[in-house]
Amino acid sequence: MDRADDKVIIDLPDPTLPEERRAIGVKNPHDLEGLRNLCAATTARIGVGRAGPRPRTRSLLLFHADHAAAQDAIYGEVAEEVKAKLGLFTVKTQVADRDEYLLRPDLGRRLCDDAKATIAARCIRQPQVQIVVGDGLSAAAVNTNAPEIYPIIEQGLKSAGVSVGTPFFIQFARVGVINDVNAIIGADVVVILLGERPGLGVADALSAYLGYRPGPGKTDADRDVVCMITYHGGMNPLEAGAYVVELIKKMLRHESSGIGLKIKMSGVE
Amino acid sequence: MLLRTRLYGKMYEFRTIKELLAKANEEKSGDRQAGIAATTAAERMAARHVLAETPLAVLRQNPVVPYEEDEVTRVIQDAVDEVVYDEIKGWTVGELREWVLADNTTTAMIRRVSDGLTAEMVAAVTKLMSNLDLIYGASKIRFTAHANNTIGLQGTLASRNQPNHPTDSVDGIRATLYEGLSFGSGDSVIGINPMDDSVDNVMRLLDMTYEVIQRWRIPTQNCVLAHVTTQMEALKRGAPMGLMFQSLAGSQKANEAFGVTVGMLDEAYTLAQKHCVSEGPNFMYFETGQGTALSADAHYDADQLTMEARIYGLAKRYRPFQVNTVVGFIGPEYLYDATQITRAGLEDHFMGKLTGVPMGCDACYTNHARATQNDIENLAVLLAAAGCDYFMGVPMGDDAMLSYQCTSYHDTATLRQLLGLRPLPEFEAWMEEIGLMRDGRLTDKAGDASFFLQR
Repeated sequence: MDRADDKVIIDLPDPTLPEERRAIGVKNPHDLEGLRNLCAATTARIGVGRAGPRPRTRSLLLFHADHAAAQDAIYGEVAEEVKAKLGLFTVKTQVADRDEYLLRPDLGRRLCDDAKATIAARCIRQPQVQIVVGDGLSAAAVNTNAPEIYPIIEQGLKSAGVSVGTPFFIQFARVGVINDVNAIIGADVVVILLGERPGLGVADALSAYLGYRPGPGKTDADRDVVCMITYHGGMNPLEAGAYVVELIKKMLRHESSGIGLKIKMSGVE
Repeated sequence: MLLRTRLYGKMYEFRTIKELLAKANEEKSGDRQAGIAATTAAERMAARHVLAETPLAVLRQNPVVPYEEDEVTRVIQDAVDEVVYDEIKGWTVGELREWVLADNTTTAMIRRVSDGLTAEMVAAVTKLMSNLDLIYGASKIRFTAHANNTIGLQGTLASRNQPNHPTDSVDGIRATLYEGLSFGSGDSVIGINPMDDSVDNVMRLLDMTYEVIQRWRIPTQNCVLAHVTTQMEALKRGAPMGLMFQSLAGSQKANEAFGVTVGMLDEAYTLAQKHCVSEGPNFMYFETGQGTALSADAHYDADQLTMEARIYGLAKRYRPFQVNTVVGFIGPEYLYDATQITRAGLEDHFMGKLTGVPMGCDACYTNHARATQNDIENLAVLLAAAGCDYFMGVPMGDDAMLSYQCTSYHDTATLRQLLGLRPLPEFEAWMEEIGLMRDGRLTDKAGDASFFLQR
């Protein structure tokens, strides 16, 4: 018997590959070559065309596939090899697990008692700069980018004659935990490298948050951030590392960070 | 003060207006995180029964942050129209709800009464409303404003063209801007979130967007959503700016976490009126969102809805061209899932309208919230039905810089064609003139960024 499904062969190329992803979806564009150039200028999903006012089928399905991948990425762990390579020991905030991390950011800003004791026992005090690494919302961001950016920052500071403290890793960390960290360390500048929440197609963006003498009551307004550190359409970690070093030098020179630094620097200009 | 009721035979008592407001709030993970939410569903409903009988005067007299301690409270209380307030101070919150919804209460009547309300009254009536109440109530209230075009008119739906790029590439932003324009996005504003908050960068992006606006004679305005101090400096140096932007929060302390004060905003407003290139008289753009006060530990044990209402009261001082809540951006610790995000979007839109500002919504979610693009499409339909003034336009709803998803260029075009809504009139005339739109629908040329390579 000759059944129709014997003749059905659906064997697709991976739609997430760059050339598939970047395929032009506009039917009869005004300027095809020009449209290709526009699309090449950004990672944004442009040149996708339309089915009536709605997206075309392939761009709609690709979007949903990327969302699926991002959902799967949220629950990763930072690799032990990465921590070992950078010489980081691990401490925890007051958060117990990943669900609590999502629902209770206040606990992610506070070190647990064990962490405080460990840091006090293992870290040198009052360096000019203290660097810490946190998982945040993307372990992939730390796994991919921390081994690249960390040595750049450390070497950049050392060659500028700036002293650097004992680095460590904080599990279930939020940015504000640097206030607690510095209560023990007493550094002039604290840098935390933290995984950002995954975007679509970019699940490994790292951010560096920096504060001058962070402590109780210090907020985002007192901090600076270098965000979207990734090889996937952001600032690459090597370039970002150099930028972070320059930012730290400015903070040390002006004895300030965040809005305060901005005001001081606009006064100098 | 005695605030109590029996419900199914059990007595529920509330010590303060602040506690009553918090416990009457629809379930939000942020209020749980703050430890102020109702502990049972029945307690929540008991609080609403008591709140419904509370006179508006009691809410006026009990702001959730004291007048002496907080400049946001002072801004709101000092702006109350005392004549209007005297007329309504004896109304209960339940009566206010029925008055807003009543057949013979007109848009003009609501606009007048809104000058006699404080944020606590706006929040209180919102807590008594169901989702459809919020949609229907908001649909009755329109506030218009003008910069280079007119926002807020009945029957219009505008779109902020948000052509962000992860490294602020001018070419990348321009390409995305063209894509959006070709779908009819950009009538509310061409508004970029910069990666680099420096004055030079902000000026560069204002120059580029202004050049496109001039070259194509687009009746709209540009904006770069840097910190207000950066924009002020750019404006002083002669940057061509259409709207001045700032994110706001509901208490003085929370605004300090954003690095802003009322004095600074007053100064920014004065500067914008003098130097912005748009015609005006409205020059300001604000974003809000439930949970910002708590995230700065500046919520004074008040619930996130009431803190949000206070932002609209502050925003109104500056006669903004537009205000939008960024409803799902803050994350699941404040709005846990699609149910909470949807509810908050409808609440914020209603509260903005009742307070008296043109109100849009960044209907959005992050990848760690329990929500999907379908939920955001649903919310956009509900808000469009409610008369929401504008949505964000982002390529396929995927922001290349902010790592979140919101409404797309396609979505605004779809909602307009689905619900018979039009772009802002000046912008629609321009779309017709260049041949991208006819009778409120996209033409065959639309949806093609390369159309804009002609000039």
